Amino acid sequence: MKQPLIEVRDLRFRYDDGAAALNGVSFRLEAGETVALLGPNGSGKTTFVLHLNGLLTGEGSIEVCGLPLDRRNVAAIRRKIGLVFQDSESQLFMPTVLEDAAFAPLQRGLSRHDALDRAMAALKTVGMEAAAARAPYHLSAGEKKRVAIAGILASDPEILALDEPTTFLDPPGQRDLAELLSALPQAKIVVTHNIPFAQALCSRAVFFQSGVIAAEGAVDEIVSRFGWDFALDRSRSRG
Amino acid sequence: MARRAQRGFDDAKVPLLGVMGAFVFAAQMINFPVGIGTTGHLVGGALLAYTLGPSAAVVTMSAILAIQALVFQDGGILALGPNTINMAVLGVLAAYLPYHLWGSGRSRRLAIFAGGTLSVLVSAALALAELLISGVRISNPVLGVSLALFAASAVLEGAITVAVIEALEKIQPGFVRKPREGRSFALGAAGLAALLLATVGVLFASTSPDGIQRLGEQTGIASHARALLATPLAGYQAAFVHAGWPGKALAGVAGLTLIFGACLLIGRAIARRRSA
Amino acid sequence: MHHLVLERWSRGATFLHRRDPRAKIVALLVFLASLATAQRALSELAAALFLLLLGALLWARIPVWAALARAAIVLPFTLVFAVGCWISGDPARGAALAVKSYLSALAVIAMAATTPLPALLRGLELMRAPLFLLNVAQFLYRYLFVISEEAQHMGKAAASRGASVGGLGTGGRRFRAAAGALAVLFARSYGRAQEIHRAMLARGFTGRLQTLTPLRFRAADAAFLAAASLAPALVRIAIERIA
Repeated sequence: MKQPLIEVRDLRFRYDDGAAALNGVSFRLEAGETVALLGPNGSGKTTFVLHLNGLLTGEGSIEVCGLPLDRRNVAAIRRKIGLVFQDSESQLFMPTVLEDAAFAPLQRGLSRHDALDRAMAALKTVGMEAAAARAPYHLSAGEKKRVAIAGILASDPEILALDEPTTFLDPPGQRDLAELLSALPQAKIVVTHNIPFAQALCSRAVFFQSGVIAAEGAVDEIVSRFGWDFALDRSRSRG
Repeated sequence: MARRAQRGFDDAKVPLLGVMGAFVFAAQMINFPVGIGTTGHLVGGALLAYTLGPSAAVVTMSAILAIQALVFQDGGILALGPNTINMAVLGVLAAYLPYHLWGSGRSRRLAIFAGGTLSVLVSAALALAELLISGVRISNPVLGVSLALFAASAVLEGAITVAVIEALEKIQPGFVRKPREGRSFALGAAGLAALLLATVGVLFASTSPDGIQRLGEQTGIASHARALLATPLAGYQAAFVHAGWPGKALAGVAGLTLIFGACLLIGRAIARRRSA
Repeated sequence: MHHLVLERWSRGATFLHRRDPRAKIVALLVFLASLATAQRALSELAAALFLLLLGALLWARIPVWAALARAAIVLPFTLVFAVGCWISGDPARGAALAVKSYLSALAVIAMAATTPLPALLRGLELMRAPLFLLNVAQFLYRYLFVISEEAQHMGKAAASRGASVGGLGTGGRRFRAAAGALAVLFARSYGRAQEIHRAMLARGFTGRLQTLTPLRFRAADAAFLAAASLAPALVRIAIERIA
């Protein structure tokens, strides 16, 4: 059996004030999959994702691309899995688009020339190479999101994890993002409340509830099981 | 990677200081009503000192002043030039010292108010002194009005700082630093006394315009400094040493060097400490 | 929207725009020094230096009237002291103060309008300005407008709840409300700073910021530096000799 890209076993995490955030989460991600993380606010979805690259540390075991997540491997793991945060404004912290895309390669130790090449290649992949010299502040929400993704792609990751990526995006923007993501070969984890988006993109869904995964399955299955959509007339006719 | 770790630098504080600098910038636009139709504004040196610590506050204030001068061509900054060391370094110090001395006792609120007041008062007094030394003659009535305005701004800064600190503590007490105690009390007290004496001395001397001139003459600075400080932005002679002007060049560069030196040392100190 | 205008101007591609920022910084310093230390024949010198700046602005295709107007931002501050001098019986000094500060502001604008801020900071870095301070300034500029916008939104929200309504009696309450608003903005900014740090860590931040902007000092830069440094100095010497 092929090794999973991510293997999480019994992850537990408590906040400083003692509140339990994760109560034993086990999870697998296989190559090529796109998995939706659904669930109510505060159920632990984002907290879970922050553990995958070591930004938060809990109890239990996490393996990314065969590497156990510990202090020795965290730098390598952060290249393998790229996080796209909900607020692109905080993610694009460099003065220009190109400098931001080149941040990760430069930090890794690549020469300026190689870092620039990687950055431009990543920007081309997301269709933002023309904006290379622009300041992030002036971009639209959709453009910012694409540049944020480019910043992650510049490290050549195997996994993308996106936290509520369609927040701030209008419907055409959401469509463009879905198209872009489906064209990328990496395995993906998408935390989202946007069901049409999840249905368009994801092969599988897991449902978080009170810090555990309550169920897994096809997106439609999970949605109808938990009533996790907005269709008012459908629920009325269901009676 | 290992080489970089060995150098021991930690720029992790940079985003914090940058963003909080942006915050102060934005905060300086918020109106504080002070009576019939007038509004006051925060300067921010004291607030930064009590939340980020004095050394971080110095760097942040310097960055704010640099951006104000370079991007917004702020009239006040450009006019004072390297003398903005007043606001960035001395203003923050003047704010922090009362807090350092009395910030953990019952007079905490008063200490914070005093800090805010002093920061503006010290900056304004020194700026005034420099203008007077440079020979700008200001008649007593105009001087009186200026001093009254300084005093009013200073008190306002104190009041705003207290109000904001108290509001901050309600949101999250951790935002406001605890003043450090111990042996440094004596040093702090001495520093504060020196600062107060200098400020008061300048203010008194300034009421007789000749006083500052005489002071300058006695210390020998005047003949060099007068020509140099005679105008705004005096002192930028870094790359240009003309025969016969080395003294002026030296005096002028001193201001710039001081502020840069302060920021350099503080930057290194902050950067070398690994974040907890 | 001052900064937006300046940013637009600074993205030009004229000869002056393309010069190394270090050359421009040094040229600016020389100009300011020549102006600042001048005592005699001020009106002639001021006119000559004004023409120099005007020429630079035209060459760099900066909108002249807009630049001249922007430099006038300095005046409210210095005019106060100029008037003070005038009242004290030394109008010449007051006039000198006003003229010098205006020309200095105009010179700074000429440089800022031909040099994008990142390049300017990089030039300062290579001239040994404290890197920590420059990095802080870089982040400050990046988030300046983000936070200002947040502050504006908070102000609008408060206003729509009737916060701006009130007479003399509510002064104290409004004061405390403003302080509360500042505290909230502080907390939001602090939170954003933590988000940024987290994003940096997620992308492999090693603890040391790297610079990307390459600067190469070319022959054209050396020529510009020589010319721009000599011009104000020579002008000054010539005028003082003639006058």
